[in-house]
Amino acid sequence: MKLIAAMSGGVDSAVAASRAVEAGHQVVGVHLALASNPQKYRSGARGCCTIEDSHDARRAADVIGIPFYIWDMAEEFHAGVVENFLSEYSAGRTPNPCLRCNEKIKFAAVLDRAKAMGFDGVVTGHYANMRALDGERTLHRAIDMSKDQSYVLAVLTREQLQGAYFPLGDTEKVDIRKEAEAKGLAVANKPDSHDICFVPSGDNAGWLRERLGSEEGPIVDQDGNIIGQHKGAYTYTIGQRKGLGLTVPATDGNPRFVLKIEPKSNTVVVGPREDLAVTRIVGEKPVWCGPNPGSDWQTGYVQVRAHGAALDCKYREIEDGIEIELEKPLLGLATGQAAVIYDGDRVVGSSTICETE
Amino acid sequence: MAIYLDHAATTPISEIALAEFNKQLQQIGNPSSLHNFGREQRRALEEAREKIANFINCAPGEVIFTGSGTEADNLAIKGLFWKEQKNGKKVVVISSFEHKAVLEPAEWLVEKEGAELIQIPITSEGIVNLDFLKDLVSKRGHEIALISVMHSNNEIGALQPIDEVLKIAGNIPVHCDAVQSLVKVPVSFKGLTALTLSAHKVGGPVGVGALILKRGFDIPALLHGGGQEREIRSGTLNAPAICAFAAALTTYPTDAVSALRDQLITGIKNSIPNALINTPKNALPGIVNVSFPGTKGETLLLLMDMEGIACSTGSACSAGVHRPSHVLIALGRTEDEAIGTLRLSLGAQSTEADIKRVLEVLPGVVEKARLAK
Repeated sequence: MKLIAAMSGGVDSAVAASRAVEAGHQVVGVHLALASNPQKYRSGARGCCTIEDSHDARRAADVIGIPFYIWDMAEEFHAGVVENFLSEYSAGRTPNPCLRCNEKIKFAAVLDRAKAMGFDGVVTGHYANMRALDGERTLHRAIDMSKDQSYVLAVLTREQLQGAYFPLGDTEKVDIRKEAEAKGLAVANKPDSHDICFVPSGDNAGWLRERLGSEEGPIVDQDGNIIGQHKGAYTYTIGQRKGLGLTVPATDGNPRFVLKIEPKSNTVVVGPREDLAVTRIVGEKPVWCGPNPGSDWQTGYVQVRAHGAALDCKYREIEDGIEIELEKPLLGLATGQAAVIYDGDRVVGSSTICETE
Repeated sequence: MAIYLDHAATTPISEIALAEFNKQLQQIGNPSSLHNFGREQRRALEEAREKIANFINCAPGEVIFTGSGTEADNLAIKGLFWKEQKNGKKVVVISSFEHKAVLEPAEWLVEKEGAELIQIPITSEGIVNLDFLKDLVSKRGHEIALISVMHSNNEIGALQPIDEVLKIAGNIPVHCDAVQSLVKVPVSFKGLTALTLSAHKVGGPVGVGALILKRGFDIPALLHGGGQEREIRSGTLNAPAICAFAAALTTYPTDAVSALRDQLITGIKNSIPNALINTPKNALPGIVNVSFPGTKGETLLLLMDMEGIACSTGSACSAGVHRPSHVLIALGRTEDEAIGTLRLSLGAQSTEADIKRVLEVLPGVVEKARLAK
């Protein structure tokens, strides 16, 4: 096959590209330039597509022996990921930009361009497995559960998945580093990237305040009593306990947690831990890459955070969405996150959480 | 067989230059040394200097060797500014499609040295707007430290009316970046204050350039040290590269290259709908700059590369990220048109078979690239 390898300049995508070559594919390396004003250097685990990263990707492609190009996707990235991130936060939700990037950039803009240019698909260094089932390629968790990224890939449609190749899913991360070392890839020991790539300082709250303003507003308890002030409601996360700066102590002396963010009234609601408990989740914009459940309850697992646990649940399709009932209550769940349904290790579908109870 | 159509980026070293380079590399001695070895190196180097001077109508003493065309441009722009700044002149005038090696030092002077930068607009024929310059000089001539206009543009190949610029400039120092023009069209130092040359664009080695600077017109140095070149440029003289540079200055098959270029332009017009030729009539023999609306340059380049044809998107950037070319925008192209641009640059070695192959491949490439937008 002819494949485009998306190469970030990190160890995973480098090994993925080299494995695709070893599997006999014709591979072309592409580094996506996603920032309109790339920084020169990467600082630790943060930042992306710096000039240093594109250099690392180029050197990896040289060692692997494949052609290498840079694709400027800054505009698409800004429109599809950064603006969505801002609008979600200003609506009081907590988005996952990595998931949006897979949905809108890597397996949309890049895959579409690759196909139009005569390629069969896109290879990435994501930790996930694709298996063949009844002539269809299905998405599964990686062997290395600590690195599993099936959650951020679950948003891909069946069609998108047909053009997606993840050669690393059968290997532990530590062995990927060893493999990179053995292959002479200089990025073998490069630190993993965490955090949000387009917030190079790592200060998400500060970054949001700069762009969305920092209009002060009240922090209230469940009875509506004002017990503190905040500087921008969207810089808080459901379940957050630290950094609230409350001026009135709780009557019971117990710590208080963010329960709710109300962007319209610019209010943050706090309360006791037990009120964070969620047992019912409603999601919108479902994507089914596995069997569509229909309106009857199915049993399975749901994961609601990038590296969260798989929770026992029942789920079924409702109009324009999905309804999930958890077996055991979950503490603190932000809307805007994805609820990903698994059947064992297979991804069934994904949906954006819009309501919790 | 791979086809190389990126001669404007760099062109293969010529046989005669390579032979000279190898010969000089094997010689012992620093050209600044006083013993016999040094003198022999110096003799070869001075012969090279005389040959280069002769080639562009300047005195040998006016040739200052540098490490690159970029270095020569920096020396000229900053040096002329600093010299004239002492006389109270702070306005730097450049054309709006100068190479980054001129644009960036000029912008640096604005940021760090209090210069005022004025860019001469480009006409739709791809040349500097002489009426604008005339008007500017008549109104603010006494404030202008220097005028810099390139001999020919590196992206579209348009030849610039340097003689007219000189007439308008009068006593104002004029610098001209002739990196793309040298050898391909006649280049003369006559009337100029400063002129930039580079070896690797004409079949010499990479790593050597020259600033031609009027006798007696001394400017501050950027590199301080042994003062080898008129106290304006320090560093051990790179005799092998300089001798090879001089050796590369031979005749250029202008007619043959022009004929191939015309064949390529006609072929593109006939086979690809909506292709916009950006190279004007009065241009260098080897450059074809063409926009294909509805495409991205980086996609076109990748597809051409996969077919074994090397070309360029117009202007490369250090990070490899392609922005719409400021040259094409100056010409009046929209951003969408400018982003879908290829520069095919022919050289002395280009053949009719190369052009035929490009014309076979390009229509399909453009079609795919339009789908991939």
